[in-house]
Amino acid sequence: MKLQKAVTALLLVTLTLIAGTSFAAEEKGKLINTIQKRGVLRVGMDIFKPWAMKDSTGELVGFEIDVARKLGSDMGVKVEFMPTAWDGIIPALLTRRFDVVIGGMGITEKRQRKVDFTTPYDNGGQAIVANKKKAEGMNTLEAFNTPGVEIAVKLGTTAADAAKKTFPKATLRYFDTEPAAYQELRNGKVAAVVSQAPKPAFEAIDYSDILFTPVAGTFTKEPIGMALRKGDTTSLAFFNNWIKTNDQWLKERHHYWFETRDWVTDELR
Amino acid sequence: MIPPTCPLLPPEKRIPFFRSARFDILLYITVLLLSGLVFHLLMDSGEAQYPWDWETVPQYIISHTDGHWQAGLLLQGLGVTLQIAAVSLAGAFCVGLVTALLRRSDAPAARFLATLYLEVSRNTPLLIQIFFIYFVLGPVLGINRFWAAVLSLSCFDGAYAAEIFRSGIESVGRGQFEAAKSLGLSPWITWRKVIIPLALRKILPPLASQSISLVKDSALVGAIAIFDLTQQGKMIIADTYLTFEIWLVVGAIYVAVTAVLSITVSMIESRVRLQ
Repeated sequence: MKLQKAVTALLLVTLTLIAGTSFAAEEKGKLINTIQKRGVLRVGMDIFKPWAMKDSTGELVGFEIDVARKLGSDMGVKVEFMPTAWDGIIPALLTRRFDVVIGGMGITEKRQRKVDFTTPYDNGGQAIVANKKKAEGMNTLEAFNTPGVEIAVKLGTTAADAAKKTFPKATLRYFDTEPAAYQELRNGKVAAVVSQAPKPAFEAIDYSDILFTPVAGTFTKEPIGMALRKGDTTSLAFFNNWIKTNDQWLKERHHYWFETRDWVTDELR
Repeated sequence: MIPPTCPLLPPEKRIPFFRSARFDILLYITVLLLSGLVFHLLMDSGEAQYPWDWETVPQYIISHTDGHWQAGLLLQGLGVTLQIAAVSLAGAFCVGLVTALLRRSDAPAARFLATLYLEVSRNTPLLIQIFFIYFVLGPVLGINRFWAAVLSLSCFDGAYAAEIFRSGIESVGRGQFEAAKSLGLSPWITWRKVIIPLALRKILPPLASQSISLVKDSALVGAIAIFDLTQQGKMIIADTYLTFEIWLVVGAIYVAVTAVLSITVSMIESRVRLQ
């Protein structure tokens, strides 16, 4: 009796799987056509202040959110945001979880091998913030490039890559989220955190009694682009066009989010 | 040729369908179809096929440089995982034993404390406990990463171990305690020679699954940036995007570790068996 039930279950599973895969809508053809037909633009991002953040009501706000929303409205479609862990965002794009990554993604050679990037629509750079007690007297980049120095970074970011390249002798501690890395820094467990400007500078200001900026400004410069799956040149050209057309608007938005602190409230900083 | 499963045959000459050869054949075909389907789904994911690349994987497991073998990142991570798991197992054992005894104690305060700890530990997710112990208690008590992880795992799995110990001890039955007392055995000898050997048989199987659970739970300690097996896997993937390959290898390593643990425990079990 038990065996009969097991076999029946097995056969049902097989039939369901066969039926399921034959009905699975395979989205072939140009991405922009698919998006238009679907009526929704699916955007992959992760929480990175001030590119994308959640305000006190849980709504997503930020530079990239504005960009994605304008892109969606220009295309005449709705925008659906899919927050994804940053270190898994490119695999998620490749397995079609969403259409495009608009999340402050730095264009790197390593990433270029897996995805197609649009022309840059913004520029980012890495900055460093340090703990006053743990990193006492360390005021140059070289000072942090010593064995025994621990630096916290977010896993999978260009910050992690930059930290590895600039401070090869230091020990890097990888965290899944930026807040965890910064908490580690505030607790004095690591000497410094490397992450994309302007967050480190903001942190140094907010916690000026325990943190400081050892080296002002950014020590790397990297272009930021949108990431698409490889091979779709038509869609890539469309996005590039949009970026070129909205150049002024993008510059204005960048200024608002990165060079002013007008958007900062008690809940959102 | 009358098929052996024909229902018109008299019952003594007839083989029920589910015991016949034709059923076995059907089963094999189904399994083959299923595996073919799974394979097809993995390999042919539509337009954007996943580019499998197994060639760059072995260097992360083990590498042969300058004439000697060197453990790759994944094996190094495995070393850390085993270290944490081993110490936490011992910790969970101690915590569990103490809590079980406290629960059975005559003092209401002891029982209350034990119950409070059990409820808190079993009703909060392990990840939350790890974050709390490391980020909140850590700076206050000066606990470093490794010990924060060990403490969290010991407390979390210790709670389940405590219940296992308690049920094992209680299953021995009051008769044994009374018989030992009537023979004039001291409490220490009673426990050592009578109660524990009997309780051990009941305790070992669930304890085995709990320790396997602990090894798997240790995968979470990467959240506080410990270079364990899972965290190394994530770091390699962040660098190389070899998502499928690395996770398959990491999964296989965890299975191997838990299989060894499982076999060890069943060997111990066969030794303490009554017959």
